[in-house]
Amino acid sequence: MPSSLLPIKISNLHLTKGDRAVLASVSLIIDDPGITVIMGPNGAGKTLLLRCLHGLIKPDRGQITLADQGVTGSRDRQAMVFQHPVLLRRTALQNLAFAAPELAKSRPQQLIDALASVHLADRADQPARMLSGGEQQRLALARALLTKPDLLLLDEATASLDPASVLLIESLVKSQSASGTKIILVSHDQSQARRLADDVVFMSGGQVAEQSPANRFFSAPGTPAAKAYLAGEILL
Amino acid sequence: MSALAEAFRLIITLDADLFEILWLSMRVSLIALAIAAVISLPLGTWLAITRFPGRKFCILVLNALMGMPPVVVGLLVYLLLSRSGPLGWMGLLYTPTAMIIAQVVLITPIIAALSNQVIENLHQEYHDTFYSMGITGRRAIVAYLVDARYALTTCILAGFGRAIAEVGAVIIVGGNIDHLTRVMTTAIALETSKGNLTLALALGAVLLALSLLVNALVIAVREYAAKRQYA
Repeated sequence: MPSSLLPIKISNLHLTKGDRAVLASVSLIIDDPGITVIMGPNGAGKTLLLRCLHGLIKPDRGQITLADQGVTGSRDRQAMVFQHPVLLRRTALQNLAFAAPELAKSRPQQLIDALASVHLADRADQPARMLSGGEQQRLALARALLTKPDLLLLDEATASLDPASVLLIESLVKSQSASGTKIILVSHDQSQARRLADDVVFMSGGQVAEQSPANRFFSAPGTPAAKAYLAGEILL
Repeated sequence: MSALAEAFRLIITLDADLFEILWLSMRVSLIALAIAAVISLPLGTWLAITRFPGRKFCILVLNALMGMPPVVVGLLVYLLLSRSGPLGWMGLLYTPTAMIIAQVVLITPIIAALSNQVIENLHQEYHDTFYSMGITGRRAIVAYLVDARYALTTCILAGFGRAIAEVGAVIIVGGNIDHLTRVMTTAIALETSKGNLTLALALGAVLLALSLLVNALVIAVREYAAKRQYA
């Protein structure tokens, strides 16, 4: 079932910080459902592009449309999981109840089920900030999924997590994608990208260097920059 | 030394005059604190999370009002409530209500400015997440107040400390009338000027104990919050 926020069209996006162009004429069309992984070296503009898509940053120039509507109009159909999850100073269960107050009133069992889906049912009454890093990220993902988003953005959501947490988050992302949510994920982890990606957007120097299906990108990258990146050479 | 011993005798024997003054002091300051908290916490939070032209000036004024001399507050409230003032018809001058009004004026900027700083820090941390979750307006203000509850408790206690120890404003608008508007600080000032150090010392000891209690509460709240990762 295709996501209803497709196609995502980004045209001529431009963003400067100081006198440096951190996003330079970025144009992109994402119209396939599934998981899109944005890859590239540090400073390539991956996170900035994701934040522009979510409306957290307003670009200097350019346009973003999601299913022919602007970012603001689609905001309540998006969710984002950040690299460093920010959880409220409440229990794990109260964090979910805050994200979905109606659900908490009408069907509270669904919140427990959501916690169980990220293996945190036994931590429901524990202060969220006392959970481990991996548990906090899983809770942040459960919180994001509670709103049943059409578009889920993940910004290096598994960076510095233990392998078990990474695999659990990946399996949740895959099943969410299978149920029709469009996933756009920023990752530095090549093996993770190989496991998850249906298509890859490769960025370098604030520009989109390449966009191709995952199989093709990993077997025959089309640009020298992508080849160098996959070979582990540092790109500046 | 004998005055000190006599002062402790007054406290231990629950002297009626002493406890009448103590009760009025607590009543005035706690009511003032409750009113000030209801005004200042949402105000401080709103100023922390909204952006409008002149916001920084408002915060500047709020911070400046923190250091407002109590006698000036007393004078302003006196002018407001005096017979020829705009609220003179209410007949509130030299009543505990006038003292409550003065204390509210005095501590509202203190709690608002302190809570503004607390919420400002929390806002920097929560901004992206709240934006992503679509949390705005009244819901955001309530969420910030709930999540900063322990830090805000210390702001409120700071306001209470200022209110209970205040003398300049309440003596102007309350008049230090025996059995009506005499509170601990004004009584201490009066009894000392009369040379009656016994009651002054007893009240001073109670005031000091209250100050210690408030500070102990602040530390306990901070430690509890830090232990639960709620700080």
